[in-house]
Amino acid sequence: MRRQDIGTILALVDRSKNELLRVPGAAIPGVLAPTIFFLGLNGVFGSLTQLTGFTTDSYASFLVPVSVLQGAGFTGAATGVNLARDIEQGWLDRLLVSPAPRWVLLSGMVLAASLRAFIPASAVLLVGFGIGAHWPGLDGLVLTYAMVAVTAAVAACYASALALRYKSQSAAPLMQAGMLALILMTTAYAPMELLQGWLQDIARLNPMTLVVDAVRQGFIGTVTWEETWPAIVALAGMLATVGALSLRGMRRTAV
Amino acid sequence: MSGLATNLRVVAALGARSVRQTFRRPQLMAPIIVFPTLLLAIQTGGAGAAVDLPGFPPVQSFLQFMLAGAIMQSLMLAANSGGIALAVDIEMGFTDRLFAAPISRYAVVLGRLAGTAALGLASALWFLVVGLIFGAEIAGGVPGALVAIALATAATVAIGGLGASVALRTGQASIVQGMFPLVFVVLFLSTAFFPEGLMVEPAQTIAKYNPLSFVVEGIREPIVTGLNGTDVLDAVLAILGIAAFSLLLSARALRHRLKVG
Repeated sequence: MRRQDIGTILALVDRSKNELLRVPGAAIPGVLAPTIFFLGLNGVFGSLTQLTGFTTDSYASFLVPVSVLQGAGFTGAATGVNLARDIEQGWLDRLLVSPAPRWVLLSGMVLAASLRAFIPASAVLLVGFGIGAHWPGLDGLVLTYAMVAVTAAVAACYASALALRYKSQSAAPLMQAGMLALILMTTAYAPMELLQGWLQDIARLNPMTLVVDAVRQGFIGTVTWEETWPAIVALAGMLATVGALSLRGMRRTAV
Repeated sequence: MSGLATNLRVVAALGARSVRQTFRRPQLMAPIIVFPTLLLAIQTGGAGAAVDLPGFPPVQSFLQFMLAGAIMQSLMLAANSGGIALAVDIEMGFTDRLFAAPISRYAVVLGRLAGTAALGLASALWFLVVGLIFGAEIAGGVPGALVAIALATAATVAIGGLGASVALRTGQASIVQGMFPLVFVVLFLSTAFFPEGLMVEPAQTIAKYNPLSFVVEGIREPIVTGLNGTDVLDAVLAILGIAAFSLLLSARALRHRLKVG
């Protein structure tokens, strides 16, 4: 990687930071949505822990990992929406005529999404601890933030691929719904054995289940390498797949 | 008489316009149909074992219980989308042109609400059909389904009035859009997704007095237990209360809009 490539990536991250500072309201939906869902679902489904098969008596602890990943998903999807806006307004064209390679432009946007995802994750964690979610330990916390960053990168690549395909902000629901389905069609609400048959089948095949379970381990027990490495492999696989798709979209985008 | 006929034609034309607008723009359809359907599937699959909890009311399946919640979620989002669309019309000057025309100003607002009501009806129908396809029974049969659809449509108008009043007062789509998270707060604090007795405090106490709980239970009764009237009557009263409140707010907001232009 050349020095100027790093400079371009950092400039794009800086642009994202400026947007946050200049339009603070833009970050509010991304923070509010997972926080409201977390509090709401905890209030509504909290008594599910009485069912045999739950490994914790704190639904807040069970749910908080899902909500932080949901925040990462929303933040990543927002990157796609912003890219679609940049395409509509001609800003991407100006980036494409610059000497920066396409992968560098994509990396800047994706890295910005990973860093921005820490905001909703921190908000949800603070609220979670406030209502009694268990402390995951330092290792659990580091693992949570690391998984949040990579999940946001996966979401950003997926949403960017859609933005480059449809070139319109109208594709936003597809970006958000895709991430919502990916994250919630897991053991999000209940352990695997308590899911209905069809959802159990999907959750077993869904690689995000491994990520949810890995982030959850610190909140309902202890962090182990046996439950962590499958999540790392799953995230690496997802990132490689959607990263390749979005890079292909970038390369096919002509000025 | 001809004045009334003219206004009815205006309401019908504006209602049809707002329905067409929604179907043409996927970003407007998604919150009304796609997201509630997705959440219905996920919540039914994820929390379906809840029917085994002690204290859960007797139901044929969790999907049957959840249908009313999904309808409620969809109609509230339809009401919110209607408010956003009205605010966009105000921002773009379309409403000003209508206000300058020789038609009742209330017909302009009613036209938008008629479109919102049509979406509420369509979403209620959609969820009942989805429920039937995936094995949920409608205990009240066809009359029960019709009562549920009628209540959902009336509730969409009543709640849509609140969105319209915010749109008329502020004239800014972004502010009406900002109410989007509030929809979920109010929904989670009602019995839309779980029986009141099994909710966790303080959600349980708030849900007990939340008018939306009465509306949800009214829609749920014909689906889960059949038509026995008690919850339906409470729902009608709650809808009338919400409608009266939103009518008052809308009338005041309309006067404000006509004053500021």
